[in-house]
Amino acid sequence: MAKYALRLFAGIYLLFLLALPVGLVFWRTFGSGIGPVIGSLSSPEAVHALKVTILVALWAVAINTVFGVGMAILLVRRQFPGKRLLNAVIDLPLAVSPVVVGLALILVYGRYAPVGGWLEGHGIQIIFSMPGMIMATVFVSLPLVVRAVEPVLVEMGDEQEQAAHTLGASGSQTFRRITIPGIRAALAYGVVLCLARALGEYGAIAVVSGRLVGQTQTLTLFVDERFQNFQEQDAFAAATALALIAIITLLLIKLLHPKDRA
Amino acid sequence: MSTETAKATGLAADTPPPNARPDAPESPPSRALRSASLLAGNRGTGLGLGVSMVFLSVIVFIPLAAVVWRSGSEGPDTFWRAVHSPDAWATLKLTVGASVIVALINLVMGTLIAWVLVRDSFPGRSVVDVLIDLPFALPTIVAGLVLLSLYGPTSPLGVDIAYSRIAVVVALLFVTLPFVVRTVQPVLLELDRDMEQAAASLGAGPLVTFRRIILPNILPAMLSGTALAFSRAIAEFGATVLISGNLPFQTQVASVYIFGQIETDNPTGAAAVATVLLAVALLVVVILDLIQRWGARHG
Repeated sequence: MAKYALRLFAGIYLLFLLALPVGLVFWRTFGSGIGPVIGSLSSPEAVHALKVTILVALWAVAINTVFGVGMAILLVRRQFPGKRLLNAVIDLPLAVSPVVVGLALILVYGRYAPVGGWLEGHGIQIIFSMPGMIMATVFVSLPLVVRAVEPVLVEMGDEQEQAAHTLGASGSQTFRRITIPGIRAALAYGVVLCLARALGEYGAIAVVSGRLVGQTQTLTLFVDERFQNFQEQDAFAAATALALIAIITLLLIKLLHPKDRA
Repeated sequence: MSTETAKATGLAADTPPPNARPDAPESPPSRALRSASLLAGNRGTGLGLGVSMVFLSVIVFIPLAAVVWRSGSEGPDTFWRAVHSPDAWATLKLTVGASVIVALINLVMGTLIAWVLVRDSFPGRSVVDVLIDLPFALPTIVAGLVLLSLYGPTSPLGVDIAYSRIAVVVALLFVTLPFVVRTVQPVLLELDRDMEQAAASLGAGPLVTFRRIILPNILPAMLSGTALAFSRAIAEFGATVLISGNLPFQTQVASVYIFGQIETDNPTGAAAVATVLLAVALLVVVILDLIQRWGARHG
């Protein structure tokens, strides 16, 4: 009896908090057929927003993959003073509000800040353009690759790397032939998480991009702008596209990380 | 994803570095080899560490330091006035209050959902299990839009809570749903059922068994999940933007307030409230670390 009560209670909570709202957006999006959806998504602004989103996300994922793997190796394989502190601060970006991330970048790289002003004098604009958006995205998704790769490196141990070393392999050979194949699955998992986070970032991007329609507008900013301007069909279509990306991500994660679930 | 983080951090903290692992005394050649390769690795360590620190400084440390510095640059009085101005103070109170409520609801509901997912079996259980992570994968602005379409002015259920404080709580509940579920679930899975059977055979009822056997085992996980949910709720922006209406003194959360201050060109005011949020985030990180150590001692 208690079992069914618990199941029912959990079910109702999830139904009203999660399933119904998400389902309703899909239903509203496709309520008048697929035609208007395609129309909304193929407008020049939407296509441009999609391009900006993908470009920013790919840069951010590439940067975080390189530094994520590097930092995971440092944290697991090397000894250095301050290691515990570094380990602790890597998670910091997850706890910082995206708006604060944006503010932080503006205060250093904005036009009226010393560093930003100097860079602008040399023709490099960070805030209200791509570099700032990429930096913001890198910030918010920073820990994802590190934390995905780290436990696998610990589990793997360094015996094989040591063996390769004694057999005369160079550092880069060992890395390419031993380390990378060993962490491949975890790396893919981290990259998928990072990509999903990058494609969906809103708050930090909203601050540093300046939200210039047709220039620095990403897909999430497009959803916001269209909704505020009462073009709900456009907003729902883009939101559904983003939700589909999220669901595909979940399935990929499930596929790549089976031991995470029972 | 933060479950992963929590787990990963726990793992990294509890497992000794691979070099220290072998219990048996090492044979001399192997020890020599190890120290040789460690020496060879030291140059790489220095370079890697240097590059990593530059990268982290450019992206994370210097910008965050700039926020704290800016908030105090005009003296402690200005900082205090910016934080204690009526609208900033109202937004901080609302943010912390709503986050506490959200954390407590998550503590109960998250544990309950984890329990149902682990101990119950029903058709579609694996689908529900995957869907739990949806709030992590869904962009926050989409989460806000999704909730507004069900609980907004055009609600098909006739429930309109848009632009109220309840809406803020619902939005925060949505984005924090996975935290407690995902921290409690693995612990429940690994829990030894023998203890519960022993308790039952000694005459303990289900409630006594839960309180005396199960709860002490999953409590550290419940608390760290709740702390993660709290810190996420404090920082949330996208999900609350559309549904809260951002009414000053009523439904404006701290992140939205900071955003408004940036837009109206008052970076010092924005930095002051942001510094308070950063301090709370740091406090939660420290508390999490303490919970994990306490859990490791009692695990």
